[in-house]
Amino acid sequence: MNKHVAPSSTPKVVVRSIVGKGIAHDSAKKHVAGEAVYIDDMPELPGTLHAVLVTSPVAHGRLKSVDASVALAMEGVVCFVSASDIKGHNDIAPILAGEELFASELLEYLGQPIGCIAANTMELAIKAAHAVKLDIEELEPVLDVELAHQKQQYVLPKQELIKGDVDAALRSADHIIEGRLEIGGQDHFYLETQIAYVMPGEDGDMVVYSSTQHPTEVQHHVAHVLGLYANAIDVKVRRMGGGFGGKESQATIIAASAALIAQKTGRPTKLRLKRSVDMTATGKRHDMVSKWRVGVDKDGRILGMDVEYLARAGNSADLTGPVITRAITHTDNAYFVPHARIVGHACKTNTVSNTAFRGFGGPQGIITSETIIDQIARELAIEPNLVRERNYYGSETGDETPYDQKVEQNHLQEITQTLLATADWQSRREAIDAHNATNPIIRKGLAMMPVKFGISFNLPALNQAGALVHVYQDGSVHLNHGGTEMGQGLFVKVAQVVAEVFQLDIDRIKISATQTGKVPNTSATAASTGSDLNGMAAAVAANAIKGRMAQIAADHFGVDSSAIEFRQNRIHADNRSVSFEELAKMSWAARVSLSEAGHYATPKIHWDSTRLKGRPFFYFTYGAAVAEVAIDTITGESRCLRADLLQDCGASLNPAIDLGQIEGAFVQGMGWLTCEELWWDAKGRLRTIGPSTYKIPGSRDVPPIFNVALLENAPNGEDTIFHSKAVGEPPLMLAVSVYLAIRDAIYSATKSDPKLKTPATPENILAAT
Amino acid sequence: MPDAISFVLNGNPCSVSVRPDTTVLDLIRNHLSLKGTKEGCAEGDCGACTILLQRPNINGGKHKAANSCIMTAAQIDGAQITTVEGLRQNGVLSAVQNAMAQNGSTQCGFCTPGIAIALTGLLRNNSDPSEAEIHDALAGNLCRCTGYRPIVEAAKKAALEIQSSDKITVCGDVRSTISAQGSTVHLPATIDELLSLRAQFPAATLLAGGTDLGVARAAYDTDWNEIILTSSVPELREITVGDNAWIFGAAVTWAEMGDVIADELPSLATLIRRFGSAQIRSMGTIGGNIGTASPIGDGPPAMIALGATITFAMQGGIQKSMPLEAFFLDYRKTALPQNGVIVSVQLPRPKPSEVFRVYKVSKRYDQDISSVCGAFWLKMKAGKIADARIAFGGMAAVPKRARSAEKALIGSSLEDKSIGAAMAAINGEFSPLSDWRGSSHYRAEVAAGLLKRLKADLNGETVELVSL
Repeated sequence: MNKHVAPSSTPKVVVRSIVGKGIAHDSAKKHVAGEAVYIDDMPELPGTLHAVLVTSPVAHGRLKSVDASVALAMEGVVCFVSASDIKGHNDIAPILAGEELFASELLEYLGQPIGCIAANTMELAIKAAHAVKLDIEELEPVLDVELAHQKQQYVLPKQELIKGDVDAALRSADHIIEGRLEIGGQDHFYLETQIAYVMPGEDGDMVVYSSTQHPTEVQHHVAHVLGLYANAIDVKVRRMGGGFGGKESQATIIAASAALIAQKTGRPTKLRLKRSVDMTATGKRHDMVSKWRVGVDKDGRILGMDVEYLARAGNSADLTGPVITRAITHTDNAYFVPHARIVGHACKTNTVSNTAFRGFGGPQGIITSETIIDQIARELAIEPNLVRERNYYGSETGDETPYDQKVEQNHLQEITQTLLATADWQSRREAIDAHNATNPIIRKGLAMMPVKFGISFNLPALNQAGALVHVYQDGSVHLNHGGTEMGQGLFVKVAQVVAEVFQLDIDRIKISATQTGKVPNTSATAASTGSDLNGMAAAVAANAIKGRMAQIAADHFGVDSSAIEFRQNRIHADNRSVSFEELAKMSWAARVSLSEAGHYATPKIHWDSTRLKGRPFFYFTYGAAVAEVAIDTITGESRCLRADLLQDCGASLNPAIDLGQIEGAFVQGMGWLTCEELWWDAKGRLRTIGPSTYKIPGSRDVPPIFNVALLENAPNGEDTIFHSKAVGEPPLMLAVSVYLAIRDAIYSATKSDPKLKTPATPENILAAT
Repeated sequence: MPDAISFVLNGNPCSVSVRPDTTVLDLIRNHLSLKGTKEGCAEGDCGACTILLQRPNINGGKHKAANSCIMTAAQIDGAQITTVEGLRQNGVLSAVQNAMAQNGSTQCGFCTPGIAIALTGLLRNNSDPSEAEIHDALAGNLCRCTGYRPIVEAAKKAALEIQSSDKITVCGDVRSTISAQGSTVHLPATIDELLSLRAQFPAATLLAGGTDLGVARAAYDTDWNEIILTSSVPELREITVGDNAWIFGAAVTWAEMGDVIADELPSLATLIRRFGSAQIRSMGTIGGNIGTASPIGDGPPAMIALGATITFAMQGGIQKSMPLEAFFLDYRKTALPQNGVIVSVQLPRPKPSEVFRVYKVSKRYDQDISSVCGAFWLKMKAGKIADARIAFGGMAAVPKRARSAEKALIGSSLEDKSIGAAMAAINGEFSPLSDWRGSSHYRAEVAAGLLKRLKADLNGETVELVSL
């Protein structure tokens, strides 16, 4: 990998001892040794039951009766639960209400949970599930978003963002660009399928081991379903085998189902979804159709933009509302839009309810934005990057987004200019044009695109976090916070923060499983905010303890506490020092608390969710990508030959972890846009329910030349944790460059604006060529 | 009758009494409590369950990566198995493990044990792999977090530290029957024994590599109370290199066949490298691929175009041969007589006057099932096509010759006109179905278009994106 250094306009470098170092993932050695424990690897308690979901075999129907008697008579089969067994509420809606855990009457998608059956082994439970008799009156399903829209069938009212007078702007435009894009969905394909292991205890209490990004939501919903207070449920998460948004609201289905069996039988219960069930029963990235009318002047400057999204919500709302909000608030991407109307419809279809997925609507907004730019360029015959240049937020255009937030500390000019230079754009452009002039079969394409991504949950209330830090008398530190580890390296980053505060070696910090009994009322580890929120909460807690310890040290040395310095595992005053463990012991002896719960709430943000106006984002991250592809005009196959990425991570907490996030997100985004295709048949059955039919990128699909760099010397101007920036989601959208490069290759053959839907599978590329 | 499966696990002899139809993954995780090996898909496609498998006389006795999720205990009696727990020596991480831990090759870590094993399998047999060979070795392992770059880099770093050391060991006696808890595996030693077992247990599962049948077993869709293994019959494991043809026993693995034909049929070798994954090719057999008679199997169209002949044995020990193309009667229906067994495939070796190309088109380059697989064999004489065989997979209910297209080409010199006629013939001759691997329209367009690729290829142009 090559690394290039990009200068920043605001150099402000602070040297730190632990934060900012590329420390390896805390579990790396355990991962390679096979010793990292996932829920299915935990020792099973005697009497553990294995549960399996019983799901709807139809996309739409009326459930007339459920008969589990034959199944329950099978040897080793112990318990069946369905809607009628729920003592609490049959409702697991993450935001609204009325989303059933088990369908009680109306079946609204194929794969919808109807009940759960448990046996002594998973094999027996699977066989028993096949034996549950369902009497169903089948109804006609609505499977298409356009049809749902036509029938005005929605799970939520439409969302509409208006800025200025778009109709007047379109009337005054030199050109109207009209287009439509079908944007495919995506399965999360975390390698560890959804799982929960529930252990019932005294008084009906339950300990729930859940592979979830949102322990608090699992806690609340399990309690709600079981008819208990939240304090009866303790949810623990050490690590997930991948999440990507798929274990945000969806983990509840699994945990609550297992908990119902545990409640009814009093036995420990494990529910692990087989891959095919996971892919059938749980939600995915929203596929959307976007449509636009954009008015531009003769130079391609955007005057007004009228955009409409039809999002496939599936059978219920789940998180569709905020997903659409994020699509709407990312339709501008990097471009100033003086007049806008952006509308999103949450179309109700008889397919699985779509959910959070890395980017959370942002990718759909940004690919729409970039396709519009590309179309403007093709139709006006202007170089696409010039169209971008003319429309970037800036002093010549404007800095106000359609939702009224100002774009501040905008690094995009600098990032794109640097990247075009380091990626050797000009000479490669010429080489590719020369190649295309003589090669009718294999065509190449090249594209650059920027990404501006807003950081914070759109709903301000979610932007808070808690952490719990203990210092023990031997100077070791116990760290707990509300964030979950799904592979993204959150735990090591937060440990770095605490080690930095105390100036301790990082191996003094014990990373511990997320647990609702320790840190309550947490938000999902989502929206890229994990390290921003939890890092800050941990710093608050650690600093409070540090302040108290500093006073003890000041008393000990007979100096003012301002003269106390924590450095390299010791506490210094002038030329005297004590070790951290000595000071911990002294603090204990002086009866000073060495434990603290820290809390953090993101400042500055506010949001009017009816008008879609305000400052939803604490700050923006910026990035850009250049991608080169080749396509085969006989078969439609494509291959990304080179990608150059430059991503702003502020003052990175851990550049090695951030690099992994950028590379991984890009490849995942490439999968979304190229090879990953969800294919439903005419009855509403998803037919791509395992890796044999659903193709995520493999190692050979990664561009053979892959240059990834972090923007250097660009600390976050906002007061984030050590002035770092979030990284989880933004780089996924850099993969839109691959889609644009494929369009460029197609354009070289057809000389007209490509009508290329995503994923750009060989078939879809051939159809557009 | 022995009631335990015996094998060597991470260097230690191990004997477990489980039903022979228990998957090896289930055996390792739940019976032996080694939790490092993971289940990601239970269909042999994600590689999280990868183990190293060494079986005497199979795959040259080498330790090869294999999918434990779709393999059954019946297949590992007498084998040596290495799981991730066996990689560390005296508590020290192996070179592969170390390189991965230090290179950011792990994020969520769930795919990691399988990848550590797959790379160990690669480096044990090839201490200086090219980048392409690393991708070949990783094609059966999916990682959703890292984007693979640090994994490939770790493989290169570990290669510098590893000396290939592969001891070929034979362990355990060859046994004929093992039975436990109502499930029995029969390990015949001769074709005659195999045929009598077929007659005696007509409902038995005839198991070769298990890469297809094992998927159903892993889903708990079926129980196998009687299993007859083919790999125990030495005759089915033979490879004969004749002057004019190779003869491959039905239980020869794709890994073995790929090695044999690589020099003379590079195009077929490339296809075989895209056949499943390293894991699948070390398990899956030629006979199994033919016997399962999938319309989208990649082996049959290639072998049909090459003019392969199949030999099978039926009750009474009679053996019969026929052209492979005649073997496929209809969707999943073959000419194999009831209780017969496939014995071998005879594949003509190419002559200097012959040209062979096979093209696989799929959504993903590696480890995918073809939307269309087109195989072209041309016999040239004085610059003209004297004879041709073209066969397609994915275009009909069976792997099928494109006879009208062949006719259109014979006598021509592959010029635009004859190609146009052949393309039109293909469109007239096939009406493929639509599914998630491609619509009918797409398949037809691609199948015909491959003739254009063939021409460009024979002109020396780069026609496959992977070569760019």
